[in-house]
Amino acid sequence: MKLAITTQGSEPNSPVDLRFGRARFFCIVDTETGQQMTVDNADGVNAVQGAGVQAAQTLARLGVQTVLTGHVGPKAQTALQAAKIQVYALNGGTVEQASQAFMAGQLRTLDAADVRGHW
Amino acid sequence: MKLAVASGKGGTGKTTVATNLAVTLARHGQTVGYVDCDVEAPNGHLFLKPDVARENPVGRLVPRVDQERCLHCGDCARICRFNAIVCLPEQTLVYDELCHSCGGCALVCTAGAITEASHPMGVVKTGLAGKIQFVSGTLNVGEAASPPVIRATKQAAPPADWTILDAPPGTACPMIETVRDCHYVLLVTEPTPFGLHDLRLALDVAKTLKLPCGVVVNRAQPRMTETRELCESARVPILAEIPDALDIAKAYSQGQLAVEAVPGLQQTFDQLLRRLRAEVHN
Repeated sequence: MKLAITTQGSEPNSPVDLRFGRARFFCIVDTETGQQMTVDNADGVNAVQGAGVQAAQTLARLGVQTVLTGHVGPKAQTALQAAKIQVYALNGGTVEQASQAFMAGQLRTLDAADVRGHW
Repeated sequence: MKLAVASGKGGTGKTTVATNLAVTLARHGQTVGYVDCDVEAPNGHLFLKPDVARENPVGRLVPRVDQERCLHCGDCARICRFNAIVCLPEQTLVYDELCHSCGGCALVCTAGAITEASHPMGVVKTGLAGKIQFVSGTLNVGEAASPPVIRATKQAAPPADWTILDAPPGTACPMIETVRDCHYVLLVTEPTPFGLHDLRLALDVAKTLKLPCGVVVNRAQPRMTETRELCESARVPILAEIPDALDIAKAYSQGQLAVEAVPGLQQTFDQLLRRLRAEVHN
């Protein structure tokens, strides 16, 4: 399964980015092979509007099924839901800690938008 | 003659000037259209008390995706710089509130999966207020962009000797949409630091758009040195001064026209009209 973690840097010890659509990078982890790659989200960071839905599209096209992030707005939530991407909530920490917490089943799911739309 | 009544700062007296000027023009035998372009907070009707004969909806085009025909190629999402359309592997979603109605997505869709439908965004009311042709636009709550409703409101104005456009406050898109094709702009200001600051911005807009303009000072003070100096340096005439008087504010608060409720105000507006005519050679 492909897992995406929103992050502020491209290293395993980079702090996670609690913003979804405007996260600096997405760290994509293949949980079967352990392979990792970093996707630059400059388009989302600089988007005039709709960064969240664009991020959902990017992840869906990469075949991501699960995303770990801080907050999700209402429009991103509908796009993630349509793409059948499951969201788990992060409070902070590093990319590595986030992925370990997810593997250990310690993260709660985020089934609804938890912040308001801002565009 | 298409004349916009605008200001930088809100609450300076645009509607007071626009409605009283419209009534004054009608009293001088002119055919007049009053067009309330302040679609986010129209209030000209409170003073002109029109009989509204028609209400026409205003919409903007947004894409609708036929999911059966969609090939999920992503061309529509790529051309949309507003991220209003997203192409997911199994579904293409449209976010009406992000769409700027450019039609690009429908143009690039080779599968013919995208058609355009009208998304309601406001209403234009037309009617008569005495002899004045009354037009007023209202933007729906939650809609982000007012210019399309302002355009529709302006288009609904019937031909007249004078069309008075009551502009929205500020100096951004809604104000510019209102004043851009006018023959003359009347800028209403007040002698306060904010009034002065925003008048400066409004004068810049008029200059950039190459629109001739004049100033009306509301709640005027005897000296108001800075306002006079600004107008002089911009070479823009002060065409009228409406005094800072409690009875004018009281009449306003009761939805009364100043020219009807306050002695002496008709003369102020008659004089404004004379000076305006000299300005526009009408």
